[in-house]
Amino acid sequence: MNEKKIKNVFKEGAISSEFIGQAIAKHQSKTTIGAHNIFLGQVRTDEINGKKVSAIMYTAYEDMANEKFHDIREATFKKFNLTCMHIYHSLGQVNTGEICLFVFVSSPHRKEVFEALEYVVEEIKSKAPVFGKEFFEDDTHQWKVNQ
Amino acid sequence: MTLKVKYFGLIAELTACEEESIEISATSIAELIQFLSEKYPSLKSKDFQIAQNREIASIETTLTGEEIALLPPFSGG
Repeated sequence: MNEKKIKNVFKEGAISSEFIGQAIAKHQSKTTIGAHNIFLGQVRTDEINGKKVSAIMYTAYEDMANEKFHDIREATFKKFNLTCMHIYHSLGQVNTGEICLFVFVSSPHRKEVFEALEYVVEEIKSKAPVFGKEFFEDDTHQWKVNQ
Repeated sequence: MTLKVKYFGLIAELTACEEESIEISATSIAELIQFLSEKYPSLKSKDFQIAQNREIASIETTLTGEEIALLPPFSGG
């Protein structure tokens, strides 16, 4: 069994642009890296039956989700030549226009990061038990389902 | 056996609770689903997966007494 510590990927509320900027800055000392690739999931103003989404409230089966994020990390490092990888996902309320998912992969060369990032994001969407409740401007809601 | 059952998202809304202990004689996930569908009739029309001990389990899986979770479709990211 893998004894590596399971990280907590969840952050309360939206992921700020300052946090993302600092994450990039922290990699300036890692000079074997030649390419970063970043995915930012943003809450969209979906319009459903004439009603506009104003925010998403995220909940998760946190223990299972953190294990799945860990498995995804391990599988991605096996598949691609990456120097490092960071994943953050919001819990609680994230308003439209704010960031709810931040995936950051780094490698010596560009080709690996393009492929790795798509793989990680698709794995997260299909395997992480995270649930989004979409709130409309009139305070009604519906449960989001990934496409 | 006594099972700890967790509910998430839409399912937690239907059951009006996030977690409960149930006493059950069922031996498989399929029997557990049948038990829960009788307790919560609105579950019958809903799409969900079951996790046992934090792994997705098929309906033939034997109940081990470890933590069970009812998971509606994922919508992370």
